[in-house]
Amino acid sequence: MSSSSAFPLMSNSGAAVASSTAKIAAQNQATSASGANTLRMKVTKLNFYYGKHHALHAVSLEVATNKVTALIGPSGCGKSTLLRTLNRMHETLRHTRLEGEITLDGVSILTLDVTKLRRLVGMVFQKPNPFPKSIYENVAYGLRINGHKGRLDDAVEKSLRRAALWDEVKDKLHKSAYALSGGQQQRLCIARALAVDPEVLLLDEPCSALDPVNTAKIEELLFELKPTCTLVIVTHNMQQAARVSDSTAFMLNGDLIEFSPTGQMFTTPSDPRTEAYITGRFG
Amino acid sequence: MNVRLLWRKSLNVFMLSLTGLCALLTVSALFFILGYLVWNGGKDLSWSFFTHLPAPVGETGGGMANAIVGSMKLLLLAALFGVPIGLLGGVYLAEFGGRTVPFLVRYTADLMNGVPSIVMGIFAYALVVMPMHHFSTLAGGLALGIMVIPTVLRNTESFLRDVPRQLREGSFALGANKWRMIATVVLPAASRGILTGVLLALARVAGETAPLLFTAFGNRYWSPGWMQPTSSLPVVIYTYATGPYEDWHRQAWAAGLVLLGLVLLTNITVRAFLSRGISYERT
Repeated sequence: MSSSSAFPLMSNSGAAVASSTAKIAAQNQATSASGANTLRMKVTKLNFYYGKHHALHAVSLEVATNKVTALIGPSGCGKSTLLRTLNRMHETLRHTRLEGEITLDGVSILTLDVTKLRRLVGMVFQKPNPFPKSIYENVAYGLRINGHKGRLDDAVEKSLRRAALWDEVKDKLHKSAYALSGGQQQRLCIARALAVDPEVLLLDEPCSALDPVNTAKIEELLFELKPTCTLVIVTHNMQQAARVSDSTAFMLNGDLIEFSPTGQMFTTPSDPRTEAYITGRFG
Repeated sequence: MNVRLLWRKSLNVFMLSLTGLCALLTVSALFFILGYLVWNGGKDLSWSFFTHLPAPVGETGGGMANAIVGSMKLLLLAALFGVPIGLLGGVYLAEFGGRTVPFLVRYTADLMNGVPSIVMGIFAYALVVMPMHHFSTLAGGLALGIMVIPTVLRNTESFLRDVPRQLREGSFALGANKWRMIATVVLPAASRGILTGVLLALARVAGETAPLLFTAFGNRYWSPGWMQPTSSLPVVIYTYATGPYEDWHRQAWAAGLVLLGLVLLTNITVRAFLSRGISYERT
């Protein structure tokens, strides 16, 4: 721990947090160090603007196949913005501009049809946002709009099972999705995203509206999804990043400061700003 | 208890009672009108009122079957003309428009809302009655339909705007294009409010007399098809209430009761039907 003299009062507690997160991260690394490290998505020198505001500065990032990539950083650092460019959700906002390259399996996502891209790269939002429909119709939604052939019932059941929600809802599939608890609603949103079988699932602070028990359930679910799906998660909870991710990107004021394997990030960060952040000195 | 506290307490009680009284007055106005109509028109209501044509001038008895059916036909036409235009226009304002065009449309719609109904009648007269050289259900329906447009338009727009952004993003993220998103998520989520607005607009024009005087005109017999002059409840009420016979006056009260009853009945039925659906959660 270097440069702690600038914050003498905080360095002790900060170091303690850092070492505990580092331990979790190291365990996590050990358990998930299998499989070829191929790239699913690649971001190259991405600049992003909201009107005149330059929100992302030449960000480059690699998303490994069937791994969890975490984006961390203080509020307003651009982590959600970066996540939203990965399935071009930024295009739903006016006056945004994107420069640079993002590829999915080697193909530029800007050349793909946007509806096709979003089927391949699904998204789960900060606040659970089930549609005002039944549980069944929520999961079937993506299948219906993409012209699913085959039995919807089977596909709905499969997705709900993948999202670890089936046992809790199998008797009330045709009840309103709003009858579910917040944690269940979020898992329903994950099931809904999984139904169209995406290659990548983007999660924008998926646990920030949930209590610790439901947060743990979602994290467990992320582990179960990892063999079959590439995950990118934005979180402002560093312990969560340490627990669930294989690699972590630390962002600050629109710059990507450091991108490294999660274990390394939380034990030996190479940039002093990263260290300051993960030891809790700001943010 | 000191004087100031006493003053504040009594002011509190006074204002509370005042607001309660005004709320009560609003409700009682409806019940007063309804009660008055039942009192005056109820005893003249019989089965034959709904099944028979008006009795020849000078004779008592007879019914208003032709006026009831005529009003329904006029309202059906008004809905066919006005609702699709208002609804889709509202979708455009809420979902697609930029700045200038929606501003102009909104402004025009608000102006149109203030155009006296008799002017709408003149317009329909010039547009349909003059070229055809005779009065018709079509002309009356058109006059009423134009009056429905601004209300439906503005109402639809405001309810669509209330649908949370998160729901739209949820749909986009599953690969829906904009129209698909609107048709499958936004419109269903706003459907209750939109339909209530449509009903209110139709209920309002159901009682319009002025635009029908020289478009649908009136008819003491059945009006076959859509191209003949037709009887309608408001015009019959006007004619009978200002007529010289005691029996006509009683029948005018009865017709008023039927008109109000029809409007209330549709309103209650549709609301009961809609309350079974799922609306979105307000945040």
